[in-house]
Amino acid sequence: MRSRSRDPGVLLVPAFALLAVLFVLPLAWFFVGVFAEADGIADLADWFAIVLTSRAVVTAMITTNWISLLVTAITLLVGYPIAYYLATHTGWRFALVLFCIIVPYFTSVIVRTYSWMVLLGRNGIINQALQSAGLIDAPLALLYNKAGVLVGMTYVLMPYMILTLYAAMRGIDPSLTRAAYGLGAGRIYTFWRIYFPLSLHGVVSGSLIVFILAIGFFITPALMGGPGDVMIAMLIERAVEITLDWMSAAIMALVLLAVTLVLYAFYYRFTDVRRMMGA
Amino acid sequence: MSRVSDAPAASRETLGAEPDGADARGAISLRRITKRYGDERVVDAVSLEIRPGEFFSLLGPSGSGKTTTLMMIAGFADLEEGQILIDGTDIAAEPPQRRGFGMVFQNYAIFPHLNVFENVAFPLRARRVTGLEIERRVRDALALVRLERFGERFARQLSGGQQQRVAIARAIVFQPKVVLMDEPLGALDKNLRYEMQVEIKDIQRRLGMTVVYVTHDQEEAMNMSDRIGIMNHGRVDQVGPPTQIYERPVSTFIARFLGEANLLSGELREVCDGVATIALPGGVTLRAVAPKPLAAGTPVSLFVRPERIALAETAGPPASALNRAAGRIRRMSFLGNILRYVVDVSGAEITVDVQNAGSRRLAEGDAVALAWAVADSLALEG
Repeated sequence: MRSRSRDPGVLLVPAFALLAVLFVLPLAWFFVGVFAEADGIADLADWFAIVLTSRAVVTAMITTNWISLLVTAITLLVGYPIAYYLATHTGWRFALVLFCIIVPYFTSVIVRTYSWMVLLGRNGIINQALQSAGLIDAPLALLYNKAGVLVGMTYVLMPYMILTLYAAMRGIDPSLTRAAYGLGAGRIYTFWRIYFPLSLHGVVSGSLIVFILAIGFFITPALMGGPGDVMIAMLIERAVEITLDWMSAAIMALVLLAVTLVLYAFYYRFTDVRRMMGA
Repeated sequence: MSRVSDAPAASRETLGAEPDGADARGAISLRRITKRYGDERVVDAVSLEIRPGEFFSLLGPSGSGKTTTLMMIAGFADLEEGQILIDGTDIAAEPPQRRGFGMVFQNYAIFPHLNVFENVAFPLRARRVTGLEIERRVRDALALVRLERFGERFARQLSGGQQQRVAIARAIVFQPKVVLMDEPLGALDKNLRYEMQVEIKDIQRRLGMTVVYVTHDQEEAMNMSDRIGIMNHGRVDQVGPPTQIYERPVSTFIARFLGEANLLSGELREVCDGVATIALPGGVTLRAVAPKPLAAGTPVSLFVRPERIALAETAGPPASALNRAAGRIRRMSFLGNILRYVVDVSGAEITVDVQNAGSRRLAEGDAVALAWAVADSLALEG
């Protein structure tokens, strides 16, 4: 709905103003204020080198990337069949599954994370059930380790993956798979040759979105992770709140922001190319 | 069953190195197949015998069950009752991918992420045909639809007619004995559609395959088909060659559905030697062939095609095999090759088509005499 006589871009002004005042300006003020403490560019560069090569930061970056990759892979593997189910069903089955995905999506991350802690804790529901069933003698360590972080983050980020995949799959003309069957292709061949390639842009978009969100994750890993699962956002928070090392915080935040923007550029380009191809 | 009537198919069959039952290749037999949606019978006990090598069209208005019938043959719609036999074998339990038909869909269904070559190669790769063989057969199929140089293109780089050709090449590349087509030309404009009809018919003849073709376009069906099955309300009302259905419709619905038709309502007076005498409300009495015995007093319609009626300004000498009527021209439509007159005969409107061959054009209000053969008229119930 593009009108030529009056530019509808005017409608975006309040949103941009809000974003500028509440997000861009404070961020810029923070970076400028902190970096101004350094004695010139060379000193600042030294600061960057020191912070980014410090053991804690390197470890946190590796952990962050590794966890984000795992979370992306798990959400993709688990989310793909669910999205496929949504795209190929209608009526109450569709509504029920969608409801189960959407409702958590609108629930606070903290609430959802605490729910998992209740389930996974040392005396949590799962351990109690397994113990009373006689399957285990001692409670399993499900919380405060990498497994806990993965479970929590996968759960929180799953809707993003499913909804992105679903949008892509909805765009696949069902007559194409029907044509493939009609021309003698079996279900597996049809999936890999026709359906999966056509859903690929959804796979890439969904993976990028989940990865982008995962590398900046804070609450869930902070609550459900152990001492070995420090992610970069937690390190930033610690530097700001506890050690008051604002220089390190600013440098880490800037790197995280840059990485996020680069990934987002990929995401944007990918969805744009897709539109150009008329898919 | 088809050997006498279908000579080309018969000669091909004798060459075939098929095992037993080799005299049938691509014969389709539908036996009282039925499909319901809720209480409605979308396909209602349809029985058809489609011969090997035959071009068979299912023609009917939308919602008549023709596409559902095709989807049941293809295996995409469940068979609730009845049997579908291919060359004598019941295929009801086979999923679509195992039925071995070529299929062409209304929206072409070209795979958008594969180029033309890979689209056409798809049925071969699905059947694990090897590389060189694929190369050769795809090339042959593309040559057949005159798209040799389009192998690298994608669907979005092709016109509608070219996409349709790709769909046809893809449906025939694995040499199926039966090809099912669901309104394949529905999205094309009129001129292109005629061109494609000729092409499809030509390919079908050359390859000798059985084609089941669904359409709502009567011209298309008449132009291409060996036989047509007219569907209405889930039933097949009439099956026959196009000329037979056009000239000898069994119901007023079919008469009206296929081309222009005069259907003059009247009352049956008597039937004598297969000729019915029909009295029109205005007092005119006409005669028509009675295809089946009818009781006197039955309300009937006299059917006659507009192009079978001759127009003269004055009545000629009487002949016993002619129907005659006098009237006045109420309307004249100029259709290019045809002049269409609507003549008022004692209150009944009769449409008369005259070739625009240079004879004098008549004007509204002119008195005219109409004459047509009794043999060209049918007495149809209702």
